[in-house]
Amino acid sequence: MAPLIQYLMGGLTLGSTYGLTALGFTLIWSATGIVNFAQGEFVMLGGMLAVAGVAVGLSQLWAILLAVAGTTVVGAMVERTMIRPLGRRPVLDVVIVTLGVAMVVRGLVMLFLGKETHVLEPFSGHVPLRVFGAAIMAQGVWVLATAAAVVGGLKVFFSATLEGKAMQACAHDPVAASLVGISVPRMTLLSFALSALLGAVGGVLITPITMTSYDVGILLGLKGFAACVLGGLGSPLGAMAGGILLGVVESLTAGYLSSAYKDAVALVVLLAVLFFRPTGLFGPRDVTRV
Amino acid sequence: MRLMVRNLDVFYGAIHALRRVTLHVDAGEIVALVGANGAGKTTMLATISGILRPRQGSVRLGERELTHLAPEAVVAAGLSHVPEGRRVFRPLSVEDNLRLGAYRRRAQRQAIAEDLERIYAMFPILRERRRQPAGTLSGGEQQMLAMGRALMARPRVLLLDEPSMGLAPLVVQEILNHIQNLRQKAGLTVLVVEQNARAALAIADRGYVLENGRIVLHGTAEELLNNHDVQRAYLGREREEACTGSGR
Ligand SMILES: Nc1ncnc2c1ncn2[C@@H]1O[C@H](COP(=O)(O)OP(=O)(O)O)[C@@H](O)[C@H]1O
Ligand SMILES: [Mg+2]
Repeated sequence: MAPLIQYLMGGLTLGSTYGLTALGFTLIWSATGIVNFAQGEFVMLGGMLAVAGVAVGLSQLWAILLAVAGTTVVGAMVERTMIRPLGRRPVLDVVIVTLGVAMVVRGLVMLFLGKETHVLEPFSGHVPLRVFGAAIMAQGVWVLATAAAVVGGLKVFFSATLEGKAMQACAHDPVAASLVGISVPRMTLLSFALSALLGAVGGVLITPITMTSYDVGILLGLKGFAACVLGGLGSPLGAMAGGILLGVVESLTAGYLSSAYKDAVALVVLLAVLFFRPTGLFGPRDVTRV
Repeated sequence: MRLMVRNLDVFYGAIHALRRVTLHVDAGEIVALVGANGAGKTTMLATISGILRPRQGSVRLGERELTHLAPEAVVAAGLSHVPEGRRVFRPLSVEDNLRLGAYRRRAQRQAIAEDLERIYAMFPILRERRRQPAGTLSGGEQQMLAMGRALMARPRVLLLDEPSMGLAPLVVQEILNHIQNLRQKAGLTVLVVEQNARAALAIADRGYVLENGRIVLHGTAEELLNNHDVQRAYLGREREEACTGSGR
């Protein structure tokens, strides 16, 4: 019993960070139709900046706050300097540029912060919590609680605020959105900044558990994207559920089979879902997106 | 408010879509812009509302120069554009579509609530369907929603692109009546684009005829309705005579 609970909890924790990454994908895609392949780098940047902040002597709290704020600014700058100049180019061009952005961010971090692997102190110490005889990291509770709060917040943002609806309007028809007075460039900027913020939050939460280095964004980005597709692009709840499903499957595979298979199993789950439900587990039933 | 368009030249790459087009709509006027498919009518409205940039020429609203403003700034200046094909936000509810129409003045909660009531009074079917996704509405209902959404911005000037497209004759009549009422009750200034020239000229004060990106004719609605070239090209009078064997 104890190992199962431990694996499940580990999967939930890991899955929640995939979910946070997936939420970043969803947000930008919802507002602009762009799949931002630099999303994983925002996660990496959050963790790495927090580590760097602690290294220069900041308290952990300040290091984390500044890391999240700094990554948000980077997200906004990426939109301003690299996405906006593309104007009304086809979405595929923009997606390819985001791949380039990812490489640039990764390269700069390697250059300035080095190639070493770093770790951050858990937020509330190293003493594990005991649940049904299983040892649960307290950091995992932080991750889960934050993920739940973020999902709830986004749900409210999209379904109950005018800004959230304006963002959906932009995604659906940018020209019609501009004709009612919504500034599409401003909405795009907002979506990049928010996604970077979500990514950075995921990054600082997971770093005490999984450690970080300049190149963790690649795999995190792929997992986040897979989670997002699993849950159905465009649905915040689906993104989080997809992330958690992926994390739990991975963790159980690593626990009961071998950690060598965990990434492969994630891929198999993804393919199976796409085969039987092409719009994802929580996506709309019709596939058209105009 | 007076809308004044001077010497507009608009290109799509190498295609010269509008050629030195000049027209105006006086405050409180309804003006029809008619012409065949591909004449440049949609291009005209898109340039006025800031979706397209002219290579030359100017667009003025009252004293205000609109020529290089983004669409969201044009809305704020008092001009709303109901685009061709309605383009409602299909996944969002009818009421959300209307609320987004008032996006620029979102702080004015009380006034927005009143305007919503006014739109619902004007189009009762929208009230009935207010929680439905806009994509589930019929073509006529979507046209009403697109108009309502534009009116939520409290425009002084309204641009309408083929409001009758794809609608049953009765629905067309209803939409046209609403346009006339808006002018009478709210003093709205209207520029309406139509392939259905007869319907548009029936409610207009004046009209322009656009052909291959050029204004080839303009005059009062009555003059245009009685003009032989217009009748032959746009009103299908000869065909009608051939069918019924009599004039009008
Ligand atoms: N996006 C576009 N790219 C290239 N050419 C266009 C585009 N939109 C319209 N055109 C061309 O410009 C001309 C005017 O089109 P349009 O303004 O849509 O005419 P109308 O609304 O009167 O039917 C047509 O010849 C059309 O083919
Ligand atoms: Mg047209």
